[in-house]
Order: sequence, then structure tokens, then C-alpha cells
Amino acid sequence: MKSSDKRKGLILTSGRSFSISNDMGLNEMNKVMSNKWVITLYVLPALLLIAVLVFIPLILTGYYGLMDWDGVGEMNFIGLENYITAIQDMKFWDSAWHSFLLAIFSTISLVIYLAISLILASKIKGADFLRKIYLIPMLLSSVAIAQLWIKVFNPTNGMLNHILMVLGVENPPAWLADTSIVLFAIFVPILWQYAGFYILIYYAALKNIPESIIEAARIDGASPLQIAYRIKLPLIMGIVKVTIVLAVVGSLKYFDLIYVMTGGGPNGASEVMASYMYKLAFSSKDFGYGSAIGFLLLVITLIVTIVIRKITASKEEIQY
Amino acid sequence: MKGKKAITKLVILLFSLVFVLAACSDDDASSDGDSKVIKFMHLWPEGSSKTHYEIVNGIIEDFETDNPGVKVDLEVLSNEQYKDKIQVLSTSDELPDVGMTWAAGYLEPYVNGNKFATLDDLLEGDLADSFVAGTAEAYALDGKTYGLPLELNIATIFYNKAIFEEYGLEAPETLEELEQVIETLNDNGVAPIALGNKDRWTGSLWYMYLADRIGGSDVLTKAIDRSGSFEDPALVQAAEEVQNLVEMDAFVKGFNGLADEEAKSMFMNEQAAMYLIATWDLPNYTTNEDVPQEFRDSVGYFHFPTVDGKGDMNSFVGGPGVGLFVAEDSDVKEEAKDFVSFFVQEWGEKSVTEAGVIPATKLDANSLELPQMYVDVLNDLNSASNLTLFADVQMSPDAAQVHLDMIQAIFGNEVTPEEFTKAHEDALSAEE
Repeated sequence: MKSSDKRKGLILTSGRSFSISNDMGLNEMNKVMSNKWVITLYVLPALLLIAVLVFIPLILTGYYGLMDWDGVGEMNFIGLENYITAIQDMKFWDSAWHSFLLAIFSTISLVIYLAISLILASKIKGADFLRKIYLIPMLLSSVAIAQLWIKVFNPTNGMLNHILMVLGVENPPAWLADTSIVLFAIFVPILWQYAGFYILIYYAALKNIPESIIEAARIDGASPLQIAYRIKLPLIMGIVKVTIVLAVVGSLKYFDLIYVMTGGGPNGASEVMASYMYKLAFSSKDFGYGSAIGFLLLVITLIVTIVIRKITASKEEIQY
Repeated sequence: MKGKKAITKLVILLFSLVFVLAACSDDDASSDGDSKVIKFMHLWPEGSSKTHYEIVNGIIEDFETDNPGVKVDLEVLSNEQYKDKIQVLSTSDELPDVGMTWAAGYLEPYVNGNKFATLDDLLEGDLADSFVAGTAEAYALDGKTYGLPLELNIATIFYNKAIFEEYGLEAPETLEELEQVIETLNDNGVAPIALGNKDRWTGSLWYMYLADRIGGSDVLTKAIDRSGSFEDPALVQAAEEVQNLVEMDAFVKGFNGLADEEAKSMFMNEQAAMYLIATWDLPNYTTNEDVPQEFRDSVGYFHFPTVDGKGDMNSFVGGPGVGLFVAEDSDVKEEAKDFVSFFVQEWGEKSVTEAGVIPATKLDANSLELPQMYVDVLNDLNSASNLTLFADVQMSPDAAQVHLDMIQAIFGNEVTPEEFTKAHEDALSAEE
């Protein structure tokens, strides 16, 4: 009861602070907002920014994909040739497969994050402290994380191999050099990097569940597991769906750590779609083809997002 | 109530103003009043290349005193950011008046896109006969020169004399001797060769030298300029030798995942006995006070050994590093060219004594007070029979990527020597 009251209070105060200026009543507010010119004026700056910074470049990328262009000199229109080459390019599909693997792993790891948040949200000792610890990786820049993990993974002087050797492993692997493990080795810091973010989201969602519902369930004799599975989980399902989309989309377009830690190597073993695109455009100086790959990346991400939304769509929002 | 409306309108007005102003932030003019401004971009940030950075500042100061009315507007970025930014600037026709470029393959798209000005007038005038043969030529395309080199580097194998002494080893002169050295070191648990092949051009040095020794100094160059073929037996054999070396654990563990910097630190921490790198690293082994004196004293270098009695040990892999270009559409082209000429001359004198860089301009080693290793290298340069430009620089960017990826693959034992050369042949012939 209490906590839900508090929430209402919060909304009210934030509502009041929205109409900021003093005693301009809600009616006045509505009047202003129903004026089409005012609406346009308010929306325009953001719309312009998004159009200029996001949508126009998107369209341009697709357009450059139709060109034979080294990024410096003349552009030559070559129709769909780049897109056709891309579809037949095994290296592109390899990198796409790596991106998909990352998407799968990050989706699976959401379950772990959810479990951790459930524990953290259930008033254990030191939950606050732990929450902060989980959040720390998020505060570091990707490049710093990459440098950190490069050192951890160093085959001769790295922490990981030192520990393994102390534990009696005679010939621990060279994590970033072995083509069969490099991809999975790099997934570890990527997943670690975003753990705090998802834990924070889940934690906030769980904290938002009214205590009264949990209490009622407890009185009815539900076990903590039942409460988690039957009550908490359905209530934050909306959030879970959002995080799945975030995790998958984020994985498909992932770039930072891969670029710094291996540059997609050795020999393409850790290449993902975005790093392949970068390599083509900036290292091979094949801007046209790179743009085509970039556009395909967008299309693939869009399709996957739509599919996920379709799969996870449920007719009724559960409310208690 | 009226007051409130006024405030709303004011806020809206302010917002729109901010955006309008942001949109038309000034394109800083390259000439204000009488003084002309030369925009200059270089890639030696104060943090990582302090001496370079300071020399450049000194040169700019001197230039500005000599040329009243001309100012140099400086922008400094680190290597990779620099490469990215130059590319982006060139697509929007906003190249700095003077900037840095690399030779041959890197230069090509910029020349074809008509972005760089020719500098032949400087070579015939102020700078006639001042470059070491073969250096300025690396910046020429179709007989015209588009860049003037600042550095010249050759790759040699640096080795730790203390480690060699400990195991009774001597600098090898043949590949067999090198292999014996590697075996002895491995038997004693010392990593023989530091190699950071994540960067790929590092492994390319090994391959290039093997190709040079086995097939002669022009076999690789010919394969790249298409007067020869990459399926030459010598180039296949060089790839086989690479795999032999990998097979016998010649290189540090996990070399394909290590950056050059990491490999270098292994060599400098005496965790590896040898390290093939170009002479840009000389300061670390001579003058750099941050490196312990004891280590600097224990470093020597030897020329890449011969293979099966073949090869000329005075043939080097190397070439000019960065050079200066002048933008074709610069508003202050004449001043920019003067600046480049001034820069090259003053750089030639200062760079070797102050930064330990071997300049591409001719130099009298005896007139300067230099560490012995510099004198040796400068003498080696004088007696060099051939200088093969780094393969990834010789090739077009597209083919270079294939080459670099293949280098990682051959070192990682993922392709056979035949597949290795075929991939090169395909990539190179596709561009003919």
C-alpha cells in the first residue's frame, strides 16, 4: 500500500514540475498544446536533429551502396552490384553468424541478469553494495575495458593464464590468437560490460512491483520461488521484452571491443558485421561496398527486431 | 497571464536561435586580413611522441618568424584517428592545406581523386638532390610526386646480446643458424622471437624478408606490380618457411592475438630474445632515458639471414614512413609549398639528433654526434643494395587487406602455402 502511494506521489510531483512555470494551470497548458503551430515548434528541433543526424545518413548509406567509390575520388553508379556481391560474400555471412552468436549469448545471459536482480531486489544484506559493483563496468569506456581484458587474456603474462597455470593447467590457450576460441573469449567482456545495465533495469522494474501483491501471495502460502516465477516475472514481462530487443539489436550492431581487442582477427575469426563494414570502408578503401554492408546490417537488424516483437507479442498486458 | 505567454515565446525563440547559430557556426576563413593561415595536421601527439611534437612546434615557430604574415594552424591526432579523419575530410573536400600521408598504395585514391597537389617543382627547386634515392619516388604516381618523405626506415632483427651470451649463441647469418638459435632458446625455456601479429604488417616483414632471400630482391615487387606472378615458386617457398618457423615455436605464444606494442614490451622486458622491427625503434635501444641503460646496452641488431645460401644480406625491407602532402584545392597553395619545403629541410637536421629519427633527406653521419647504432644503420643504408617497400604499402588498399589477412592465416596455419599465394594472385590480378 505504502509504496504504491509513494509512487503516485512521485508522479504527481513530477507532473507538477512539468508545468513548471508557476501557476499556469492545466487548462492554459492544454490551450497552448492544442495550437498546431506550437506543437510544430516544439517538435521541430528534435525532428530536425534526428532527420539530419540519423535518417538522412541512413538513406545516404543505402545510396552509397549503389556506387563504386573509394571514399575519396569519383563515384560511379553500379546499381545493385555491391548488394549482390555482399549476399554472395562468405566473409560477410561469417561475420553475420558471429553477430548472431553474440545476440544469442546476450539473450541467454539476460536470464542470469534477471536471476541476479531477483536476488538483489529481495532485500538481502549488502544488496545496495552489490548493485553498485555490478554497475561499475558500465561506467568504464569500452576502450578501457578492452585494454583491461587484453591484459587479462595475454597468453604469457595475463592474469587468466597465470591462474590456470597455478591450478595445474599445463598449456593454457592463447585466448585471442586461437581462431576456435577467440570469439567466445571476447564475448566474456562484452557480456560483462552490459551486465550492470540490464541488472539495473530489472532491479528498478522489480522494485516497482507493489509490496502489497507480494505480501498477499505470501499470506496465501506461496514460496519465494513461486512468487518470483508466478508474480514478479509476469509483472515485469513488458520490461523483459524490451531488454530482449535491446540485447539483440545491440549485439547485431556491436563493434567497440571487437575492434580494439582483435580488429576482427585472427583472419576474420572474430569479425562481426559492424567491424567487417568498417574494415571494408576504411581499410580496404571500398566505401561503396562498405556502405552496402552497412545498409544490409540495418535491414537485418530491422527484420530481426520485427520478428522478435512478433514472437514476444502477447495480447493482454498482465496487471494485478 | 500575458507575462507567461511571453516567457514561452521567448524560450521558443531562444531555442530556435541556438539551433540556427549551431547550424551556421563559422567556417574559419583561411585568410583573415593580411595574414594567411596554413592549416596543418600531423600525427605525433604530445603524449606519445613528445620529441616529434616539440620539433614540429619549433619548426612552425621558425617558419612563422621567417614568414611574417603567415600563420600555421595546427591540429594533432594520433595515428589511427588521423587516418580516419583525413579520409572523412577528403570526402567533404576539407583537407588541411598541409598534412601527412603514406607512400604508394595509400596515396593512390587521393591522387586519383585529385586531392593532392604535385610537388615536383619543389624537387626540382629548393629540394633538388636532397632525398635518399628511392624515398621520394615512393610518393610518385605516373611520374609525378605527391608527397615528400620525412622518415626512412629499414627493418632489422634486434636481439638481446645478454641472452645470446648466456646460452653461447651468436648472431646467425643463415636461416639454419637462426633455426639452431631458436632451438637452443626453446630448450632453455626462453621465447625466441617477439611478434605481435594482430597488427599483421609485423608478420608481413618476416614473409617479405624470406621472399627476398629466397627469390631475390625483386620477386615480391614484381609480383605486386604485375610484371611477375605471386605464384612464383620462391613466394610459395617463403610461405613454407614461415610455417616451418611457426612449427618450431619460433614466435612467442599467441602471437596472432598480440599487438606489436605487446610484443615489443616482451622484448624490452627480456622475455623474448629477438624482435624484427624497423629502425623507428632505434631510440628505445639507444637514447631513450625511460628504458634502463642496462637493457639498451645489451641490444644489438643483425641483418636478416640468408636462406639456403641464397640472398643478399644488404637487401632491406623498409621504406619511407610518413610524408607531407599539400592539398590540391588549398587557398594558400604557394605558402603551403614553402612551408613543406622549409619543414623538410629543418626536419632533416633536427630529427636525427633530437628525436632519433632517420630522415629521408641525405645526411652526413660523421658530421653529427650520434650513438654507435645510428652510425651503423646510416652506414648500412649507404651500402644497401636494395630497398623493398613494405608490401602492404606497395599494394592498393584492397589487395593490402587480402595480404594482411593472409599473413595472419599463414602464421596461424589456417591455409597452405599454395592457398596463400593463390589468394594474393587472385586479389592482385583482379585489379589489373
